[in-house]
Amino acid sequence: MSPPTPAATTMAIRLDGVSQHYGNTVALDRVSLAVPTGRIIGLIGPDGVGKSSLFNLVVGARAIQDGRVEVLGGDMADPRHRAAICPRIAFMPQGLGRNLYATLSVVENMDFFARLFGQDKPERDSRIDDLLASTGLAPFRDRPAGNLSGGMKQKLGLCCALIHDPDLLILDEPTTGVDPLSRVQFWDLIERIRAVRPEMSVVVATAYMEEAARFDSLVAINAGRIIATGTPKDLLDRTGAASLEESFIALMPEEQRQRHHVVTIPPRTTDTSAEVVIEATGLTARFGDFTAVDHVGFRIERGEIFGFLGSNGCGKTTTMKLLTGLLSASAGEAKLFGRRVAIVDMAMRRRVGYMTQGFSLYSELTVAQNLTLHAQLFGVPAAEVPGRVAEMAERFALGSELGRLPETLPLGVRQRLSLAVAMVHKPELLILDEPTSGVDPIARDMFWQMMADLSRQDRVTIFISTHFMNEAERCDRISLMHAGRVLVCDSPAGVIAGRGAASLEDAFIGYLTEAGGGESAATKAPPVKIHHPPTTPVPEWQGFSLRRMWSYTRREGLELRRDPIRGTLALFGTVILMLIMGYGISLDVENIRFAVLDHDGTALSRDYALTLSGSRYFSEQPPLADYADLDRRMQSGELGLAIEIPPGFGRNIDRGTPVEVGAWFDGAMPQRGETIQSYVRAMHISWLSETAQRRTGTRPSFSPVEVEIRFRYNPEIVSLVAIVPAMIPILLLMIPAMLTSLSVVREKELGSIVNLYVTPVTRAEFLIGKQIPYVVLGMVNFVLLTLLVTFVFGVQLTGSLALLTVAAFLFILSATAIGLVMSTFMRSQIAAIFGTTIGTIVPAIQYAGLINPVSSLEGGGALIGRIFPATYFLIISRGTFSKALGFVELWPSLLPIAASIVVLMILCILLLKKQEG
Amino acid sequence: MPSLAAIARLGVKELRSLASDRIMLILILYVFSLGIYVAATVMPETLHNAPIAVIDEDASPLSARIADAFYPPHFQPPEMISLARLDPGLDEGTYTFVLDIPPDFQRDLLAGRRPSVQLNVDANRVSQAFTGSAYIQAMVVQEVTTFLRHDRPAAPSPVDLVLRARYNQTLTESWFGAVMEIINNVTMLSIILTGAALIRERERGTIEHLLAMPVSPFEIMAAKIWSMGLVVLVAAGCSLLLMARGVLGIPLAGSLPLFLFGAALNIFATTALGILIGTIARSMQQFGIVMILILIPLQVLSGGLTARDSMPDLVQDMMMLAPTTHFVILAQSILYRGAGFAVVWPELLALFAIGSAFFGVTVWYFRKAMTGMA
Repeated sequence: MSPPTPAATTMAIRLDGVSQHYGNTVALDRVSLAVPTGRIIGLIGPDGVGKSSLFNLVVGARAIQDGRVEVLGGDMADPRHRAAICPRIAFMPQGLGRNLYATLSVVENMDFFARLFGQDKPERDSRIDDLLASTGLAPFRDRPAGNLSGGMKQKLGLCCALIHDPDLLILDEPTTGVDPLSRVQFWDLIERIRAVRPEMSVVVATAYMEEAARFDSLVAINAGRIIATGTPKDLLDRTGAASLEESFIALMPEEQRQRHHVVTIPPRTTDTSAEVVIEATGLTARFGDFTAVDHVGFRIERGEIFGFLGSNGCGKTTTMKLLTGLLSASAGEAKLFGRRVAIVDMAMRRRVGYMTQGFSLYSELTVAQNLTLHAQLFGVPAAEVPGRVAEMAERFALGSELGRLPETLPLGVRQRLSLAVAMVHKPELLILDEPTSGVDPIARDMFWQMMADLSRQDRVTIFISTHFMNEAERCDRISLMHAGRVLVCDSPAGVIAGRGAASLEDAFIGYLTEAGGGESAATKAPPVKIHHPPTTPVPEWQGFSLRRMWSYTRREGLELRRDPIRGTLALFGTVILMLIMGYGISLDVENIRFAVLDHDGTALSRDYALTLSGSRYFSEQPPLADYADLDRRMQSGELGLAIEIPPGFGRNIDRGTPVEVGAWFDGAMPQRGETIQSYVRAMHISWLSETAQRRTGTRPSFSPVEVEIRFRYNPEIVSLVAIVPAMIPILLLMIPAMLTSLSVVREKELGSIVNLYVTPVTRAEFLIGKQIPYVVLGMVNFVLLTLLVTFVFGVQLTGSLALLTVAAFLFILSATAIGLVMSTFMRSQIAAIFGTTIGTIVPAIQYAGLINPVSSLEGGGALIGRIFPATYFLIISRGTFSKALGFVELWPSLLPIAASIVVLMILCILLLKKQEG
Repeated sequence: MPSLAAIARLGVKELRSLASDRIMLILILYVFSLGIYVAATVMPETLHNAPIAVIDEDASPLSARIADAFYPPHFQPPEMISLARLDPGLDEGTYTFVLDIPPDFQRDLLAGRRPSVQLNVDANRVSQAFTGSAYIQAMVVQEVTTFLRHDRPAAPSPVDLVLRARYNQTLTESWFGAVMEIINNVTMLSIILTGAALIRERERGTIEHLLAMPVSPFEIMAAKIWSMGLVVLVAAGCSLLLMARGVLGIPLAGSLPLFLFGAALNIFATTALGILIGTIARSMQQFGIVMILILIPLQVLSGGLTARDSMPDLVQDMMMLAPTTHFVILAQSILYRGAGFAVVWPELLALFAIGSAFFGVTVWYFRKAMTGMA
């Protein structure tokens, strides 16, 4: 080991007896470790042994369960210390661009992070320019992060991590899924940065042993424990191995090592008459003006292992989809087994096994159920299914895992399961998309042995994509793809020889550089201008930073702008809804269909019916024939009212004998029934008095008293006047709530929530920052709706516009807060959508006073109505529109709305954790 | 040739997937149990606990008698207020009705001068305003008449009107509320379960994996429809039996199997609609908005909230294309009015036609979208 420099005597990280478990799975088991300042340390080990868990503890993204974690001189269990040092740590989580925002451009992503660390504009601009220049990303500054290649994404991730000059840089598998050239460039960049800032400590997890060989020292982890530490040379010496990969295997416990065998692939017996399994000519796929695959062609024979190399986003996956018939080619053609690939060709699919990137297994099905389902779907005869499942379990060493869920298995086992699933129907061709990405060396070698057996013994043709050079060397032939084109296609030896290179890696780097790949142009000799020590002193714990909040606001706003469909729907959708509902909801009961069962048939009985049919409330239908007719027509809902006039009606009235008119109305809809009832009574009385007038010449007064009814606010009792202003609260509740309800949970699902955990942003800044764009959208919506009500529906605003605006603003804050509560509480987007729908539509339509005033409601619904903010905004909306009211009369209704904002936001902050677990 | 076995197996997979999502199960349970209970019990009887105030400027035995005539359940006990409180009381929405009895009311009445009382009504509360004012008018007249006759019964009218409500004789609102809420839930749930689940599969990439197998888009869709449809149907059926009939004691007039058959046809249409939205929307965020924009009109304008008769013809005609409209008509006919197949077959036919049309469009679009997927 090199003699300790003064800087190295202090420890950047010190772990002491740290244990961590998730349910029954132990991720870390009493780990103790010290990382000196100013070094680059590599973490190596199989998958799922606790490397990511360890990182999450060190950066403060997860709560510590047991043991002590000290980072940069303080205890990470102390939230004050976490807040104080978090601006000095940078973290790049596992996965390509996982903490980046796909729709934001390169510059916008960096700007977002710079703002989170409180930098002002000149500082941000100069840092962004420096970093872009030194990473060679400058020509792509306006390209959305989602459209970058894998290598560029990782460079951007690094730029975002370095924007604030961290003292500790944590990189979790930063080069997984990145092409060789970009990998080399990535590590060069790290070296240059370390040269300028020697005090920075770097901790890296990696699956590439050739990378690990460059680090100052290594920590080998297995099953949650540290099994060895030392410089790469130490480890090689200790195990007496020739390569780090071998020494890694040697360090593994006996039991795991036993499963490992050196991969042996017998040479392929090539007979000249071999059948061509895959033949592609001029294969091209275009999406809009972007060409993902550009005139690709190859011929692959039966039993061949064909390796497909190239960085993420270069078109490999698209090529595979063209071959499997998931996509149809824009030009050119692909033939499998001599037959043209067609999307609907089910018979061909039975001969092909396809393993997608990331092993899309059904996480809710057990290993055995996954195998069985696939066997059945591929049409394995029912009688053979159990045998086939057992055979696959045996062959891929899954026997002990049959009852487990895929999620609980280590990555290597999941990979074997995916292969078993792809093989269950004994296909003649396997298409495997990065099956070994992120898998440790032992598991990879096991996997390759299986592939070799399949190819050589079973004569299965294998088409595989990979990032590992040692895997590429095992293929019969390989092809290198870049930007949609195949650069070279030959045997590994042929590729090396053709380039005159020392190794396959060098040969590829040569080809890629020549093709202008890896965005190398700017990376040739860029000076890493690392900035002057931080111009802003590292802030101590800050209460609330407007700049950090604004950073989230800008980001959320940009995402909203990049998805214009969503904003347009939110604005114009509500306008259309308002039009439909404003005209559609009618509380007036009109045009009630009625029919008469007239047993009398005299002029007088006709006259009785005419009184009803003459009014706008009733519309007469063909007369009733008999009681059965009456029953049937009322049952079908055709009639709302049936009148029965008894025999001898006219005669009895003339004689003064009391008669009874029968009226049946439909009570199925009680409210409507009540109204029909009062209409019929009123008609009956008016008929009586008219009849009497015709006979006696005087209109008898049935009442000694007069009741003058003054219908206020809405003299004609038109539903429109009552309904239209009431629709504003409902629409302003549901749309903003739905928009915000996905904002947090989406970050949870996509993984960018980690930025909340590891940057100085506080929960309040995060939540309010996210809320603001939706509040703005909501206010625009409010203006549109108010204009619509006034000018299209002609319902004049008679009261205070200022009050209505203030109330709308508070109400939208409250509505978005409801969405945020759902979003922080729920774990999946689907549950958040469901929860928001239940939590807004039902109360808004039924409990907030749209149809029945809240004071008349009963039971639990009445309680909901009383605390629901929409109730109070409804009072204000109706009050200002039709009652000509202002602040003086309506201010008390603002209070519950304001109170709801406070309660909901506090609830959000409590539900949202600044750490995971 | 679609394989029934594949459809069955994929459907079982969907069911397993739902079963593993605890929060979704809790939410489903909630909407079909407690949610129904709250919705049923919240609905006031048409004129229920109506807030009323009386301004008694007369302070006579008669005016006191009139004020005493208002009591629960139709009205809240009247508040006696002064004239000055009239406007603010209505403005704030404290009262729906304010009855003003003028000075010397009893004296004028006894002198035969036909005095008048004034009833102020907040006409923004349309539903209460209309029925309530007729009701109050009748009560005042009745009180005054009885007072004048010194509490002797009235002479019979020459022509009597006998009004009877059918199907729900007491006009109990909870009957209506509970069943309509179940119907709303059926629509909401079938759209979310299929549509959002499809987007989730697309975001996770498992749909693509399925499509690489010998499984057609038609089979994937059919599997989603039968499995999620079954969940919604069973939940609705249980809710109807256990909550509506059991807990709430609502008599269900007609044939339950016939209703469930209608519900199945409705679910066929709404699940297809869910998949269509899930295919068109490019992200969960877009799905959320589109769903709200479709769900609200379906719930509000299909006749479950206010009667269809009184909607403008254009809206009525447009809503004939919505499955829920037919389902609401069907549900009301069967459950409340005890209608049989002979009466409801046109609605069943309409549901089947709409469902088939939705399904057809969705299969076409889903196939197109899935095979052109980037």
